[in-house]
Amino acid sequence: MRVLIPSALRSYTQTGHTEAQGATLAALLADLDRQYPGIRFRMVDEQERIRRHIRIFVNGAQVHDLARPLATADEVVIVQALSGG
Amino acid sequence: MATPRKKTAARNPRNVTVLVATRKGAWLIHGDTARKTWKADGPHFLGHVISHLVLDPRDGRTLLAAAKTGHLGPTVFRSTDRGRSWKEAKQPPAFAKAADGKGRSVDHTFWLTPGPASESDVWYAGTSPQGLFRSADGGVTWSPFSTLNDDPQFREWMGTAQDGTPDGPKLHSVIIDPRNAAHLYVAMSGGGVHESVDRGRTWKTLIRGLDVVEGFGFDASKPTFHDPHCLRLCPTNPDRIYQQNHCGIYRIDRPSDTWVRIGKAMPKTVGDIGFPLVVHPRDDNTAWVFPMDGTSVWPRTSPGGKPAVYGTRNGGKTWQRLATGLPQQQAWWTVKRQAMCSDAHDTVGLYFGTTSGELWLSRDEGRRWHCIAQHLPEIYAVETATFA
Repeated sequence: MRVLIPSALRSYTQTGHTEAQGATLAALLADLDRQYPGIRFRMVDEQERIRRHIRIFVNGAQVHDLARPLATADEVVIVQALSGG
Repeated sequence: MATPRKKTAARNPRNVTVLVATRKGAWLIHGDTARKTWKADGPHFLGHVISHLVLDPRDGRTLLAAAKTGHLGPTVFRSTDRGRSWKEAKQPPAFAKAADGKGRSVDHTFWLTPGPASESDVWYAGTSPQGLFRSADGGVTWSPFSTLNDDPQFREWMGTAQDGTPDGPKLHSVIIDPRNAAHLYVAMSGGGVHESVDRGRTWKTLIRGLDVVEGFGFDASKPTFHDPHCLRLCPTNPDRIYQQNHCGIYRIDRPSDTWVRIGKAMPKTVGDIGFPLVVHPRDDNTAWVFPMDGTSVWPRTSPGGKPAVYGTRNGGKTWQRLATGLPQQQAWWTVKRQAMCSDAHDTVGLYFGTTSGELWLSRDEGRRWHCIAQHLPEIYAVETATFA
């Protein structure tokens, strides 16, 4: 499925859009990490928590749970939180 | 008691590169053999918070950089070609995953220490919140020390994020005894100084003699109340360690387990509070500090707006103000704990980076200072490197 990548992570993907697969958000992030090694840890910490200043939206709704199921047609948007003013 | 005096011969002068880690990226500032002309290479990692940038002295070409950004989690970047290209660590420092989901996560790697000459690919890292990590493959993958990171007693001593420095409690000053790779020292802000003689399997506190903040009934025997800011071991006398602490400047001569407050000899108007401390590479009686204002609300500025390095040539019996060339008034910057270092020239060069983004050099052990870079972001760490 289509994944939008924020500018802070484009050093990994070299693009603002990419494709990744997964039946859940966790699986999709794992697939992203397979394609772009290291990218997942910049978004999700070692306790499996989405980092404080990262937001993930699926079809426009914010997702907090890595177990959130995904469908092939879903659009995932990863955003840097507007936390700096 | 007479203090020991151990000196060794200087190395031949070689080009020094100053590795500058800042709040917004890293710079490699290359000097000539005379240390007169300097050329900045950077920024590397523009926009990243770089807490520490260190050369591996064992090969003279590998650099490690501890990095994070405002939005992204922490990582370590590695260069094997003197900073021309960088690759990210495959497994950066991270705490063990807790079964209950309430475990700690590394906010940033704060401190990097190359291992001893006998262990060519070993590195150590200290993090915020306090954690100790080791790499056995040159910084590509990192493993936690559960004996410290997850030990209930250590966790109590570490306290919470509110018990640490403003941008998070830190484990720092990871020191390896050059005679014995199993002999380690670490310091925690806060949480005291600790020593291991079995490569980190077990630990012993080393806080006797250190003062705690007065007037609140704090028990000086408890590591919780101790805030070491910076420890430095003397290369030519590994039994001697100097410490800049929240509560003064200290020295210890092992096997004694008691620190002596040598900062009491500092001028009363300046005090002995500060963050960085540098030892002479060949003379264990010589060290330098950069005092800051630790009065009232802890402004963390140069005392009176008059920055100065203070140096001792006799193990801390007396201190000399070394401010020639530095601003004489209205200079309110200070120097962070990793932002001051030396080179190994015959007449030792001293370097410090300021919170206002200036890099200062003394070619003559502090007697006269020169600004060699300015308008950089807030400087977090300064190290010297001599590339192979």
